[in-house]
Amino acid sequence: MFPRPIQDSSRSRQIAYKVALPISLIVWLLPMIAIVATAGRSLSDLNYGNYWGIPTEWAFIENFSAVFGSSSIGVYLLNSVIITVPSIVGALFLSTLAGAGLALYRFSGRFILLALFIAGNFVPFQILMIPVRQLTLDLGVYDTYWGVILFQIAFQTGFCTFFMRNFIAELPFELVEAARAEGVSEWKILVHIIVPLVRPALAALAVLQFTFIWNDFFWPLILIQSDELRPITLGLTTLKGQYISSFNLLAAGSLIAALPPVMMFFAMQRHFIAGLTLGASKG
Amino acid sequence: MAEITIMTDHRAERSVTFFRKHKLLIMPLVFIAPAFAMFSIFVIYPIIQSIALSFTEWQGIGPKKWVGFNNYRLLLDDPVFWKSLVNNIYWLVFFLLAPVLGLFVALFLNQNVYGIRLVKSLFFFPFVVSQIVVGLVFAWFYDPAFGLLATLLDPLGVSLPPILADENWATFGIIVAGLWPQTAYCMILYLTGLNSVNPEMIEAARLDGAKGWRLLVKIILPQLKAATFIALVVTVIGALRSFDLVAIMTEGGPYNSSNVLAYYMYDNAIFRYRMGYASAIATVLFLIMNVYIVWFLMRLNKNEKGAR
Repeated sequence: MFPRPIQDSSRSRQIAYKVALPISLIVWLLPMIAIVATAGRSLSDLNYGNYWGIPTEWAFIENFSAVFGSSSIGVYLLNSVIITVPSIVGALFLSTLAGAGLALYRFSGRFILLALFIAGNFVPFQILMIPVRQLTLDLGVYDTYWGVILFQIAFQTGFCTFFMRNFIAELPFELVEAARAEGVSEWKILVHIIVPLVRPALAALAVLQFTFIWNDFFWPLILIQSDELRPITLGLTTLKGQYISSFNLLAAGSLIAALPPVMMFFAMQRHFIAGLTLGASKG
Repeated sequence: MAEITIMTDHRAERSVTFFRKHKLLIMPLVFIAPAFAMFSIFVIYPIIQSIALSFTEWQGIGPKKWVGFNNYRLLLDDPVFWKSLVNNIYWLVFFLLAPVLGLFVALFLNQNVYGIRLVKSLFFFPFVVSQIVVGLVFAWFYDPAFGLLATLLDPLGVSLPPILADENWATFGIIVAGLWPQTAYCMILYLTGLNSVNPEMIEAARLDGAKGWRLLVKIILPQLKAATFIALVVTVIGALRSFDLVAIMTEGGPYNSSNVLAYYMYDNAIFRYRMGYASAIATVLFLIMNVYIVWFLMRLNKNEKGAR
């Protein structure tokens, strides 16, 4: 059942494959195509019941300006950026330190610590929900960007630490030993030897975390109340209520929400997949 | 390594401070402390708090009243809890289609033809899109009046029920939406795994006359073990975590028929102020999840043996 290289098979099979490929792609991406097509559909098309056919005219510009003009989507987008960027920076910083601590030193309880970071990342959000909400209230950061940012930093640090620790453990340990023999301080070893070497891992984590945090819906839902602080995922639910019958506008909004992580993925594809599939090809 | 440390210390002419002597013990703690502190405050301690909360009655404000196992006793008599649990099992079972489908898509795409890289990344696309967007699109597809399904099937004389408004169909409608990004995720795991499949072994097996299913099961799948393991873990976790799609597509309705534990918990805490009861639901979900977490950790521990 393992396909032979298509080049080895008969000409007709090769042609069949080359035809099947784009067709399957279109079927697979139908939901995305639907969003794009609907985002460009004009009001008159909708009024005439042309929901799924080929639009008679493209109304991208009208729809997008209508969305930006009549909703807070610009604010939502900005909020997503304000929440996502510091969360990534914080999680990467903490996890580089912790990953190095777990990878470069032998001490008892090392595996337990690592296991805690990993296990914590798998728990259902609901088991954290009520205490975390209460905690942000007590800290005075409920219904602020900081509530979500602090939580995201803490939570994502679990996965990032696991990732960084594995990456650092694969680095040639002789470098560290040599530096220690020279009397270089541990802190300088981290900053001048380890950090430059883990740049690819940091890039992979950054793209991955960008999509995770950007697309997160649950934590802003729990920790943010004001409409003007909502990130785009939450903003879409507002839009859903607002554009109850203007599907083209809701689709345009969805497209805008989906675009940043999609662009990030295409720009940094190699890093993204390296991050996501860590461990899938070994052990 | 011990020798080197002693040599360095000697060179420092006995001006060895306590810190210097123990830096290989102190530094890791210093490095790990900030991450561990944050993680403890926002993740580990709240788990304990939630479990404790599940033994109380609390409205979110005011005093907490200790009620022992009463919340759990109430759960046993709560039909919505059972419905949600059954739905979570549906999610689990049907979500396992994602690794299977993902494997076949990966096998299909594992060719070297012009433009295949772009095709692969386009196939992966759904995973990058927010679940909220996925939920919105599938809800349009299902709409009985103007949805894509209705538009396509009506001319054929087939009439579907209003999927998301039908008690028997709603959960499955949501699961299908969830399978779309999940399959993409599993596909990319398998594509990476297929990269490291040994072509000589396949050739050898072919010469021995292995083909079709036998080749897949006996030769290919064993080499994809690591990918399968991760695919299973992320799929199970994803199935148990299902919340976003339920929230955006049905809010658990109609009549709780598409509710899942994660959403029912949220519903109890946020809309009914039953914090203790909600915590009991969360604890049940947590216990179910722990089976998989322990499984993952045990395997990890096995792999760690012999590591530096």
